[in-house]
Amino acid sequence: MGYFGQQLVNGLTLGGVYALIALGYSLVYGVLQILNFAHGDVYMVGAFLGYFVEIGLGGPLHSKVPVPVMIFIMFAVSMIGTGLLGIIIERFAYRPLRKSSRIAPLISALGVSILLQNAALLLFSANIRTYDTSSFIPSTLGFSLGSITIDSVRLTVLVLALILMFALSRWVNKTQLGRAMRAIAVDRDAAVMMGIDIDRVIRWTFFVGAALAGAAGVMNGLLLRGVSNGMGFVPGLKGFTAAVIGGIGSIPGAMFGGLLLGVVESLTQGYLSTNFSDFYTFILLIAVMLLRPNGLFGKKAIVKA
Amino acid sequence: MSQQNENQSQADTQTKKLGIGTDEWVAQHDKRLARRVGALGVLDFLNEKVSNRTRYVALLLAAIAFGFFVDNQYLLRIASNLGVFLMMTIGINIVLGFAGLLDLGFVAFYGFGAYAYALTSSSQLNQHWPTYLSVPAIVITTAFLGYLVSLPSRRLFGDYLAIVTLFFGQIFIQLVLSSDSITFPGHTDSTDITGGSNGIPGLDPFKFFGQPFKSTTDYYWLLLIVLTLLLIAVTRIDRTRVGRAWRTVREDPLASQSMGIKVNNLKTLAFIVGAAIAGFAGAIFAGIQSAVFINGFDVPLLTLVYAAVILGGSGSIPGSIIGAFVMSVLPEILRVQNYSEMLFITVLVLTIGVIGKTWKRFALNIVSVVVIGYIVKLALNASQLATTPSKIWAIAPVSKALRYWLVLPSNRIVWGNIAFVALVALVAYYSIAREKIKPLLLPLIAYISIFLWEDRLVADANTTRQLIIGAMLVVLMIVRPQGFLGKARVEVL
Repeated sequence: MGYFGQQLVNGLTLGGVYALIALGYSLVYGVLQILNFAHGDVYMVGAFLGYFVEIGLGGPLHSKVPVPVMIFIMFAVSMIGTGLLGIIIERFAYRPLRKSSRIAPLISALGVSILLQNAALLLFSANIRTYDTSSFIPSTLGFSLGSITIDSVRLTVLVLALILMFALSRWVNKTQLGRAMRAIAVDRDAAVMMGIDIDRVIRWTFFVGAALAGAAGVMNGLLLRGVSNGMGFVPGLKGFTAAVIGGIGSIPGAMFGGLLLGVVESLTQGYLSTNFSDFYTFILLIAVMLLRPNGLFGKKAIVKA
Repeated sequence: MSQQNENQSQADTQTKKLGIGTDEWVAQHDKRLARRVGALGVLDFLNEKVSNRTRYVALLLAAIAFGFFVDNQYLLRIASNLGVFLMMTIGINIVLGFAGLLDLGFVAFYGFGAYAYALTSSSQLNQHWPTYLSVPAIVITTAFLGYLVSLPSRRLFGDYLAIVTLFFGQIFIQLVLSSDSITFPGHTDSTDITGGSNGIPGLDPFKFFGQPFKSTTDYYWLLLIVLTLLLIAVTRIDRTRVGRAWRTVREDPLASQSMGIKVNNLKTLAFIVGAAIAGFAGAIFAGIQSAVFINGFDVPLLTLVYAAVILGGSGSIPGSIIGAFVMSVLPEILRVQNYSEMLFITVLVLTIGVIGKTWKRFALNIVSVVVIGYIVKLALNASQLATTPSKIWAIAPVSKALRYWLVLPSNRIVWGNIAFVALVALVAYYSIAREKIKPLLLPLIAYISIFLWEDRLVADANTTRQLIIGAMLVVLMIVRPQGFLGKARVEVL
């Protein structure tokens, strides 16, 4: 039981990160029906921004500010930076293609992804950086529930992910901008006729989606993983998988899909095999695609009216 | 503002002209005439006056002459790699160009073919099959694998298909990497099948009728024969019932289904044919390399092959050939600094020529770039900010000539990075700037790119190549989504 619980906690933490990435895919897909291939690389940029803030504040060992403040600044800078990056990507790579065929934005996104990865390689070199979290947050810090220990880093990540998801659903459901966004997702032409400034809404959608990816990048760094220019590819793929499993375009779907994916990955790693965990994720994806092509929370799409 | 509106209205009339019932050729008549000046005019002329058949024959003759007269193994190796690459672009052209399926797991089939050849022709599993047995077996197995992958994929379209197949490619890589220690049920020790990240070295060469291939030349001839047959087959398929059906599926699956076309079967067929070609190419590649390593079959290759097909124009076979040539030979050229310098300067000058449209503007731009360079150099010399570099970074003659004109700061990494960010920002701004400002920006952009190239990129060929590919994909999608030789899709309004 203890082992299972531990794996479950690890899976939920990982799933929180996936869910944040998945939300970015889902939001963008909802308003533009394009797959933002560069999303995983935005996540990478977020992780780098967090790293440079940490270094700028004096490094992991000699921080000039208290640790919680440092973590807060890391998240804030990273989210704002990646959000702006999202707006820039939208402006230059997707907006000129809004009226073209479906495959063009996909390939443009692939191009942006290659550009971001190699720009990072050029600017930051190929060295793998780490946040070195354990030197400012002791891994022993935390609490235990019976035989399950939840260390403070995981707790921070999980709680922050939940707060961000909660804030996002408030934003989507309660604010005027969120309502406009949902209106565009339902019917873009009708939304325009109702006087919605479509460019503004799309800009904000990209900002929010990319900022969530940036937060996920910092979380990844805090969870003691390496930060490098190619780190975005696999989590990007997983994030999209999570969005598809939950039903792309659906916000609760992306959250649930992310958490589910994290738990499945953690459990298969714990019980079956560490080498083949992606394989099981893939099988899960194929199974969902076959049984519920619109995802667990997705509505049935009308292909052509 | 009024300028912008004017542009907008121009663009609107352009789209209106392309509505239903208007012939594209007629609609673009004015535009074509306008293009006939400057550097593009020469290319246009070559494009229109020579027939496709003449070009193919000329190409084949050139390839045969190359095989007869070139004895340099390095050049033959490059040519053979180009041949393998060309097979892949043709395969993708069938899947993406003809049938319109964005199959991002394509490279996995190629890798599968290579690994299958490695396993049947090496000491890894102690199998040494004769080539006439192993290669057909590989092609059939890969085709079957393509069928299996198409089963879940044919229910998906567009983005979903892309991501599922991309995931499939990742699974292939993971399986190969983890299959170096597999414990079969009933055994206690683990078996090494794929060699994991170490790959499989020491493969047998291709062997026909007891005669093993001795050098790359033999593979070159084999590839030439295979490619000739393949090209004939593919151009013929395009004109058959299946080829036409593929095109309708690509343009509109729903409409073609209601016309009685079996959409799912056709999608599966495209997958199978594409996979078989990729598997074949993989086997030949493994034979040439006489070793297989998994990192050769990862995403970088995928982007390279796709960039080639999209650059040339998906759906166009001549386009694929040009794309393959650019993407496969370009890296080799970039590897040699002297050539890469010349190529860079040529491309830059050509780009300025194409953007400037007229020869007068072109000359003006070139002069501006030279003047900017001198002003910067003199200004920095006067303020004593410029430092003489302790060692000469670039060794190519072009660089040596440029040294008297270009600023070479002592801290190249930092200044190169700043130039890179500035260049990206300027190019982005250029794309949205007003028409009046654009000519002023152009020389500045050109100067910064020369600075960046000489100070930073020339020493980092691999990253440069990827950056160019990435930028090219974005720009191409915005400027000319159908690629150089592709036909524009008929968009139903």
